[in-house]
Amino acid sequence: MPQSADKVLDHAPLFQQPEYKEMLENKKVKFECGHPDELVQEIGDWTKSWEYREKNLERTSLTVNPAKACQPLGAVFASAGYEGTMSFVHGSQGCVAYYRSHLSRHFKEPSSCVSSSMTEDAAVFGGLNNMIDGLANTKALYDPKMIAVSTTCMAEVIGDDLNSFILQAKEKGSVAEDFDVPFAHTPAFVGSHVDGYDNMQKGILQNFWDKGERTPTEAINIIPGFDGFAVANNREIKRMLDEMGVDFTFLGDVSDVYDTPSDGEFRMYDGGTKLDDIKEALNAKHTLSMQQYCTPKTLEYCEAKGQETSALHYPMGIQATDEFLMTISELTGKAIPDSLKKERGRLVDALADSQAHLHGKTYAIYGDPDFVYAMARFVMEMGGEPVHCLATNGSKKWAKQMEEMLAASPFGKQAQVWAGKDLWHMRSFLNTEPVDMLIGNSYGKYLERDTGTPLIRLMFPIFDRHHHHRFPTWGYQGALTTLVKILDTVFDKLDDDTIVPGETDYSYDLTR
Amino acid sequence: MSELRQIAFYGKGGIGKSTTSQNTLAALVEMGQKILIVGCDPKADSTRLILNSKAQDTVLHLAAEMGSVEDLELEDVLKVGYQDIKCVESGGPEPGVGCAGRGVITSINFLEENGAYDDVDYVSYDVLGDVVCGGFAMPIRENKAQEIYIVMSGEMMALYAANNISKGILKYANSGGVRLGGLICNERQTDKELELAEAMAAKLGSKLIHFVPRDNIVQHAELRRQTVLQYAPDSAQADEYRQLAKKIHENSGKGVIPTPVTMDELEEMLMEFGIMQSEEERLAAIAASEAQAG
Repeated sequence: MPQSADKVLDHAPLFQQPEYKEMLENKKVKFECGHPDELVQEIGDWTKSWEYREKNLERTSLTVNPAKACQPLGAVFASAGYEGTMSFVHGSQGCVAYYRSHLSRHFKEPSSCVSSSMTEDAAVFGGLNNMIDGLANTKALYDPKMIAVSTTCMAEVIGDDLNSFILQAKEKGSVAEDFDVPFAHTPAFVGSHVDGYDNMQKGILQNFWDKGERTPTEAINIIPGFDGFAVANNREIKRMLDEMGVDFTFLGDVSDVYDTPSDGEFRMYDGGTKLDDIKEALNAKHTLSMQQYCTPKTLEYCEAKGQETSALHYPMGIQATDEFLMTISELTGKAIPDSLKKERGRLVDALADSQAHLHGKTYAIYGDPDFVYAMARFVMEMGGEPVHCLATNGSKKWAKQMEEMLAASPFGKQAQVWAGKDLWHMRSFLNTEPVDMLIGNSYGKYLERDTGTPLIRLMFPIFDRHHHHRFPTWGYQGALTTLVKILDTVFDKLDDDTIVPGETDYSYDLTR
Repeated sequence: MSELRQIAFYGKGGIGKSTTSQNTLAALVEMGQKILIVGCDPKADSTRLILNSKAQDTVLHLAAEMGSVEDLELEDVLKVGYQDIKCVESGGPEPGVGCAGRGVITSINFLEENGAYDDVDYVSYDVLGDVVCGGFAMPIRENKAQEIYIVMSGEMMALYAANNISKGILKYANSGGVRLGGLICNERQTDKELELAEAMAAKLGSKLIHFVPRDNIVQHAELRRQTVLQYAPDSAQADEYRQLAKKIHENSGKGVIPTPVTMDELEEMLMEFGIMQSEEERLAAIAASEAQAG
């Protein structure tokens, strides 16, 4: 018996034991009744052809492995960025388990979020009673300072009106009249998690700003956007702006709640933007979004309230960080300090040191619109060439922006922009026009397995590697981390290709 | 531009909502108002008199064709008809499948996000039959229609529907700004119709905005896919619609929170008007007819 209580094997090594090998082989022959191996091989090879790629691109009524999640996930993430805030998703329970587990598996932290547990009767009669009981229970059990309500498909299809429901729930004494219950309609079948983030951010601001009078100050607000590296990136933004001596307010900061210490105390809530600070943020002169496609509606609302706004595309890489710092400098009148200029210089130095291994490398990149934009730009800065840039939740406008940015550099010449395509399309692209590296999230590992393209995990969610999200990707320091990940992949590949003794061990090439 | 006024027409199916609303809106144009009609009925017949055409392409039909609502442009769905009235039909599924209510939500969100409400004075929603589910209540959510006009007649089922719609409005009125603007009676020539309509309006705590007399000219205009205002602008019926338009225009902010009644109260009222029989009368009538037959 290969498995024993003294030395428990994971399923992978276990299945490689002779007993299991035999069992699996038997299962295949006796029960699977599949096609012969040769035919499987033949069809498998055909799916790698140009002919198949063209058919694949004609696909209209089917999506395979979309590189996006649904709106409420973004809403839950956005809510987590505020002090003592419990996410309340109005709808069925299973959906909410998904947001919780998705966030937990990525951040390796507990992710608290409740559901109004709508069932058959709520689908027929509307979910008002679930809202009334749910808000009361949430307050009683988890004692939040604020409950941020979003919706799943079920509540959206039957047309539950959150505004009216929350007011009625308060009238019925579910929670106190003055208790903050911001809300956003987040139908999962529209848009993606970046839209859910936007809707919830707007909902939270509306809750505090709608009735407020604005007395303009010189302050600035920063909205980070949906970001798997938010824990480290938000801290990096804070560090850089501290160096500049710039005071600012994050509108939504998850860096504490998704990175709590193990010191014997469980923190259901930790850190986040203080509720008083949200109110005060109305007076700011400027709201800066770090990710344009995470905040269109929110920024529109900020403008309607009288603020100036601007939006970046994920400040990763040299130009992107330059833009960020120069924007801040312009807004505040504070100079960019020498310490940051030195960081920039060190990054440029590092890029130059490794140029021989970076120049001309080709990449396929997928993920959220702003990330793909920043990644492609950074790849070109290091002398690489983006070949496939794909965002399932990318719009036509995004595709146009991408094409303009890529056209501005000779390194972007062979780049193709794929808005609205999925990872099964990406598989075809990788098979027909292979690249040196694939940049994406954990779901890219199946593409890596299928096509042999090394995967670099830089996008949410990352389930199968630990703690990368604890190191920044934004700013000059972040760019350095990103650079190292890419270089490690380059060198690992080089070593892997020369690992067979007596066959590929051409030299004792230790220094690269 | 003055502040955007949003109104909605509700009422029992077949009562003449679309006809009344289109005629009224055509008259509102004469008062210098820029109008957008949003048809919220899967049958998509809320704009044909304005567009002088068969049903227009709907938001949901085009969205389904293109793959998703996000692929849609406003120009694809917004048609301009009689006197520059802008028209949109939300559309919806075939009878018996899908969810028409969600369709209404999707369409209205699409229109708002894509700026269809910019540069108009009036948005008018024409909503099917009854407030049967959450989706059909979309036009009465906060920041949508400020006043609801219920088109009804002296028929019993129309009165039931008016009462039911008021219940729907009440649900949202307590927590929001939506109000019942009033009843519009579309004459069916039933007994004591005007009195009954006024009594019904009083029961609901509202008023009868206008009593639109029955006139065959409406039918003539409709066969030509025109409003009466376009087909016979000098007719008496056109003037009726002008009056109605004026009353609605001046009714801004004067809506009320309705006071719908129970079924018993409603039936009592119908008995008072002799439209419905009491239990005793009913039994007596059956006995009389049996005696006659015997």
